[in-house]
Amino acid sequence: MTVDLHLIELVLITIVTSATPLLIAAVGELVVERAGVLNLGVEGMMVVGASVGFAVAYLSGSTLIGALAGIAAGMALSALFAFLAIGLATNQVATGLALTIFGLGLSNLIGASFVGQKRDPAPNLYIPGLSDIPLIGKLVFGQDAFIYCGVALVFAVSWYLFKTRAGLTLRAVGESHSSAHALGVPVRKIRILAVLFGGGCAGLAGAFLPLADTPFWSPGMTAGRGWIALALVVFASWRPWRVVWGALLFGGATMIQLHLQALGVGLPGQLLSALPYLATIIALIVLSIRDRRGSAAPAALGVPFVADR
Amino acid sequence: MRIDLEPRQNISRSRELMAPVAALVIAILLGGVAVALMGISPLEAFRIYFVDPLTNTTDLQEIAVKASPLVLIAVGLAFCYRANLWNIGAEGQFVIGGTVGGGIAILTHNGAYQSVWGGGWILPTMLLFGALGGMVYALIPALLKVKLGVSEILSSLMLVYVAQLILDYLIRGPWRDPKGFNFPQSVPFDAEATLPLLLSSGRLHFGVIITLIVVVIAAIVFARTMFGYQVRVVGAAPRAAQFSGFKSGRLTYAVFAISGALAGLAGVMEVSGQIGQLQPSISPGYGFTAIIVAFLGRLSPVGILIGGLVLAVTYIGGEFAQVSLKIPQDMTRVFQGLLLMCVLAADVYTRYKVHFRIGAGQ
Repeated sequence: MTVDLHLIELVLITIVTSATPLLIAAVGELVVERAGVLNLGVEGMMVVGASVGFAVAYLSGSTLIGALAGIAAGMALSALFAFLAIGLATNQVATGLALTIFGLGLSNLIGASFVGQKRDPAPNLYIPGLSDIPLIGKLVFGQDAFIYCGVALVFAVSWYLFKTRAGLTLRAVGESHSSAHALGVPVRKIRILAVLFGGGCAGLAGAFLPLADTPFWSPGMTAGRGWIALALVVFASWRPWRVVWGALLFGGATMIQLHLQALGVGLPGQLLSALPYLATIIALIVLSIRDRRGSAAPAALGVPFVADR
Repeated sequence: MRIDLEPRQNISRSRELMAPVAALVIAILLGGVAVALMGISPLEAFRIYFVDPLTNTTDLQEIAVKASPLVLIAVGLAFCYRANLWNIGAEGQFVIGGTVGGGIAILTHNGAYQSVWGGGWILPTMLLFGALGGMVYALIPALLKVKLGVSEILSSLMLVYVAQLILDYLIRGPWRDPKGFNFPQSVPFDAEATLPLLLSSGRLHFGVIITLIVVVIAAIVFARTMFGYQVRVVGAAPRAAQFSGFKSGRLTYAVFAISGALAGLAGVMEVSGQIGQLQPSISPGYGFTAIIVAFLGRLSPVGILIGGLVLAVTYIGGEFAQVSLKIPQDMTRVFQGLLLMCVLAADVYTRYKVHFRIGAGQ
């Protein structure tokens, strides 16, 4: 029986590990979309966060500094998005795509000289006694800092959005920027800050991959996770806690893929690799059937705001 | 700093024409700064990226051959984007088109099925089924959008990964060339399954002519037909379109079908005219670069033709720069992303007067 417990624990830990980057990126984008801005550049910000995070961590020898650099890189890219989409009111869909194309290229330029380099991944927490509890010990008390950070983010965002006045204002901006503007709310300032927050989260989520998940950087290593994070926000009906369940579900899909591949079942590997993407589409279908009465999307999502003086 | 946007009273045609040009110039200047930061002379880089590819006929042919898929895909995307529908999965539709069309070439390899009617039917069938494959693949996100309200942005993009994995599976599995020394590639296509070349030397193939015909047809459809008008109205004024009784669902299917078919056609023309066999990867991101082409061409077929040529130059120039300046190919992608941002920003100037004010909050 002990062997089985160990296997279950291993499976649960893989689920949490693959859910973490999705969770962090999605929670950031959730705040952005709640403010009425659709930033499709998550994939680009994540991948730049990953390359900068690894480069800085490798050079400085510190995972923490690497992670902070990843956050800064994500924010820098999102600042570019904010300048265009909020400052100049450009089309948000196209601007986000531009950011992703730009980011994928830039990350490879930054990461080129670090391909093949290895470093020790972020250490896991260890509390004597607690971390040794069978089944849940390692799961709850033996993870790396990114994972605790992700959980803390969900608490913070949920509290901010629904329990603070600033959160209420941000949601109002996302529902009707004209009404908010008429009430004297600084619409563009709030949106810019939200976009920067989302960029920081995407950068952190990206940095998680080469700093904790794997010990190296590889080109395009986000592999569509930014897009899945975007889908997660929709799937979660723009509610932070539902993002957690969604991320775990996707983590589960990834885990099934990895374990089936390891077991060598008679399915083609490509079908298993396609699972997370197919799961995303299926999740969106299920959601739309569930929400027949109407979408929970912020009403002003993706609509550029130009003040009518 | 604060930016104020003041709507312009009159939209000037010349300003609209100049905006993409200005965007290109600004993007080139920014690219020059980036190259200079890498310690390379920007003038030298400019010559290699934008002048050298234009100096001999072989490279000019390469530009036309590279521009062809970009233009074809972008013309299709223009239908979607004008109707405010965001098909960003053209890359996947391109791959499926190449896979389906290439599959016919593999089935008929070595003269198979050619004894009765000869081999003349193969190429047209490939092109037709390539286009149909792309069309069907694009109709998946359209169907999900119309029937269930699923975001076409996310579903079309997810299907890109799925399409790439389907092709990968086929090439590493059932379609692998038995005589290919275990390389992941299909058999080389027969002459009957290959697009004819237009000139005795170089790689200019018949697909370029098909692309030009499509551009002309698309320009006529936009300017002169009821359908083209509907597409523009639905995009510009959805409520007005609703009141005048346009069926938005049917229009969604139509624009996705067109853009999927053109991307699929581009895919099969690429494998038939350029690559000559199927490989795990048949596109250097044409489906995504075409999005930039579509915007650079201001979503008009003739503009897209020019935009496609410009982006094709950057691809060829990028290859040159990799060889002679050791600038990685990714620089091309960075430049393309920058260019799209500049195009979008320049577009703002056609609709608004932009005032930058230092200091003072909102």
